[in-house]
Amino acid sequence: MSLSDLLLMRNELMLISALIIILIADLFYGDDRRNQFYTFSVVLVFIVTVVSFIPQETATLFGGMYHVGPTQMVMKAILNLGTFLVLLQASSWLNGPQKGRSGEFILLLISTLIGMGYMVSSQHFLMFFLGLELATIPLAALAAFETHQSKSAEAGIKFILLAAFSSGVLLFGLSMIYALSGSMYFEDVMLSVNDSPLAVLGLIFFISGLAFKISIVPFHLWTADVYEGAPISVTAYLSVVSKGAAVFILLIVLHTVFISLLDLWFPILYVLIILTITLGNLFALRQSNVKRFLAFSSIAQAGFILLGFINTNALGPATVIYFVLIYVFSNLAAFGVATAILDESGKQKLTDYKGFYDTNPKLSLVMMLAMFSLAGIPPVAGFFGKFFLFTAVAEQGYYVLVLIAVINSIVSLYYYLLVVKAMFIDKSESPIPTFQSNFPMKVSLVICVIGIVSIGFYGGLFDHLMEVASHFVSVN
Amino acid sequence: MGFNLNLLLIIPMMTLAGILITKDSGKARVVAAIGMSVQLLLVMWLWVAFAAERNSGNEAEVLFLQDYIWFKSLNIHYAIGVDGISVGMIVLTGVIIFTGVFASWTLKELPKEFFMWLILLSTGVFGFFISLDMFTLFLFFEIAVIPMYLLIGIWGTGRKEYAAMKLTLMLMGASAILIVGILGIYFNSSPDGNWTFNILEISKTTIPLEAQMYFFPFIFIGFGVISALFPFHTWSPDGHASAPTAVSMLHAGVLMKLGGYGILKVGIYLLPEAATAMADFFLLFVGIGVIYGALSAVMQNDLKYINAYSSVSHVGLILFGLLMLTKTALTGAVLQMISHGLITALFFGLIGMIYSRTHTRIVGEMRGLLKVMPFLSAAYVIAGLASLGLPGFSGFVAEITIFIGAFVHVETYYRVFTVIAVASIVVAAVYILRVIGKMLMGELKDETYKQLTDASWHEKVVVVTLILCITAIGMAPFALTELIRSSLEPIMMRF
Repeated sequence: MSLSDLLLMRNELMLISALIIILIADLFYGDDRRNQFYTFSVVLVFIVTVVSFIPQETATLFGGMYHVGPTQMVMKAILNLGTFLVLLQASSWLNGPQKGRSGEFILLLISTLIGMGYMVSSQHFLMFFLGLELATIPLAALAAFETHQSKSAEAGIKFILLAAFSSGVLLFGLSMIYALSGSMYFEDVMLSVNDSPLAVLGLIFFISGLAFKISIVPFHLWTADVYEGAPISVTAYLSVVSKGAAVFILLIVLHTVFISLLDLWFPILYVLIILTITLGNLFALRQSNVKRFLAFSSIAQAGFILLGFINTNALGPATVIYFVLIYVFSNLAAFGVATAILDESGKQKLTDYKGFYDTNPKLSLVMMLAMFSLAGIPPVAGFFGKFFLFTAVAEQGYYVLVLIAVINSIVSLYYYLLVVKAMFIDKSESPIPTFQSNFPMKVSLVICVIGIVSIGFYGGLFDHLMEVASHFVSVN
Repeated sequence: MGFNLNLLLIIPMMTLAGILITKDSGKARVVAAIGMSVQLLLVMWLWVAFAAERNSGNEAEVLFLQDYIWFKSLNIHYAIGVDGISVGMIVLTGVIIFTGVFASWTLKELPKEFFMWLILLSTGVFGFFISLDMFTLFLFFEIAVIPMYLLIGIWGTGRKEYAAMKLTLMLMGASAILIVGILGIYFNSSPDGNWTFNILEISKTTIPLEAQMYFFPFIFIGFGVISALFPFHTWSPDGHASAPTAVSMLHAGVLMKLGGYGILKVGIYLLPEAATAMADFFLLFVGIGVIYGALSAVMQNDLKYINAYSSVSHVGLILFGLLMLTKTALTGAVLQMISHGLITALFFGLIGMIYSRTHTRIVGEMRGLLKVMPFLSAAYVIAGLASLGLPGFSGFVAEITIFIGAFVHVETYYRVFTVIAVASIVVAAVYILRVIGKMLMGELKDETYKQLTDASWHEKVVVVTLILCITAIGMAPFALTELIRSSLEPIMMRF
């Protein structure tokens, strides 16, 4: 393998270099220059993110274990973007209470991103598993990052236990698939997979394993506690980037490797989607803590994302990627505002948000846009994302599923409006005082708002994703 | 004579931007008034341009067409154009948003935000009426609904939070049902996979009967909820009673008509066979709604509730006319959309003005208003008479056309419902005359009422504009009926 071949692995190589540079830089920036160190790291991640948006030629490496095509590139670019935004939002936390440990945080974050890159690009179940573990284990450390808080430690333990358990389930499924096909390459498995009980069991275990990562009902029980206990930036990362990566690889595997078992996994997903959306919504209705609320709403959102799986034409994968992109902007805008409030005032109850518009109109508007986008209200991006997901399902003729999903999106509108109501309509004796968020937070919120407002109006983006997805579909 | 329909969206947008940059929140109303006056002139010009174009022999189904590709891969276009029906509705919207701004002239609380949401709402309505593509139609529909939540929630009265949430969820729930119908039409719009959302293109093909029967209920109920279709009308009384004056005007005046317009343009036009087959079934609910709304209005004491229920009844007549599926009845239905829009806006405007003086909306607590505020009281009498269908006002023209169209059907089933619908007019006389007698006539309630003032200049603008429109249609309906009848031609061709 020559150097030029290796360079095709551009995204991961850049991330690894960034990782090493940051590791070394961490030693040289002393305690008095931590802010500069943070800025330096953010700039590095920014460069990686920008470069990942530049088109690259399709390549296959390591004897077919690693593949990067247009689809994978877009997916990785979205994940990088999400990480960059999370890093920006973590600024006042990293430069404040966690000042001495910002290096650790950034390193762990980047390692998970590398793992996700390999996971999304894998064409071999071993590569996939390595990527998955690399993406998961540092996350447990991140969840337990606030060492002085028992809740954070609890979140870390819960996360690692369930991650290990789900990996076990997944591996068990993989071993059955291996027993059936005698190979771990996606291509070989695709050719040899059939509807024998072994393959069926393997598929079900595989879906269950990944369902833990995406927190699909009934594999969601860890989500709320971990999301609540973990530092808020980590929660944002878990609910957006980590979830997005798992969705992407599940999409790739189901739509390539197991495409011939369509009749089997369609009904499974059908049931899982209905359960996920409905239960996610019902739990979100009752939450008073903003972090928990966003956790449950993100469960429901995951159910919506899965809708796109029920379409094996280009439209299905395209809408999934499109929605995840929109979801990155919308959910991170919501988390951004919640983070800003938490950093500033330490408050994270929904009732604390009362009268927020009177004191902080701009942040309230950002939060409102985020809520509308998550609920799917036009003209913001979420509407287009959801509408296309419904279109994808309707193309297959599953109108009943569309109906169930749209009715659920109205239920979700109720609790998203509760946040808007608290900020705009309710009055409070002691609202959160007026404050200015710091520069990185502002940048991240501005990027999110631009994304939320403009994605729908720029129709070319979706057309581009359709083209990308048609490559991906034609590979099969 | 050309006309750029995008202007109808650009002017409200510019007004929004103008309000946003005003520093002094007192100036917001001035900017809004200027913007909406320009918009009113613009819609008048649209009417003139449309008539001129028709007179010069342009028989195209839709005029001033513009078409831009938006999402190429799904064949979604931003396609706009108007026919006579849309022109009528756009003029109505222009008049009502204009009067709505003046009706909120003395608003104290957060005026800047209020006008921004109000004008955003009207932008959605204008966009809805010029859309030819079901995707944009749906998009504008939701844009018109969602500002309602904050408008009622922040500036409303009474149980505003409950009413705002109920209204928003029910209307958005309706739009959820609508999505299924729209997607169903989309995926049946072409036998060879060249699906389209464009209403004009779909009207050239015939959707398979099975699909029509499956999706017509989604379209009818989805649009019907916003037209207060029984039993989904429950958002309407609470919503209207809690909303601030201008919002009630706009909502009862224009938004409730989106439903009727949508049923006509999507349901009846694109799914004619299903509409014929299912008219009997839905007529049952519409008939109940018409008489139920009227009877409920009799039992109410709160002025706003009386009018909200009367709106349920009168908007029910629109749906009733639509379901008759004869040309005359359809013309009447569209006339009723415009007529009821003007009358109910006048009603809600007047109620707001009276409430701001007497601080009560309960009929029994007011007496002898005619003596202290003759202008407002006389206007209230005019609104009442127009509403119960006195000849000379627009209500008569619309309702008589609907009933003539309905009597074309000779089956007993239809006859029964027509008689029920006509009976609602009699009931209307009861609740309207009762209010006029109790509230306006008689001796003054007490000495404090002598302090009450009559209408101020901005209130007169509202009242005079609306009364002028109501009487103009009542006296000379032909300009409007011709506009509507010629545009119904393509729809009738489908039957």
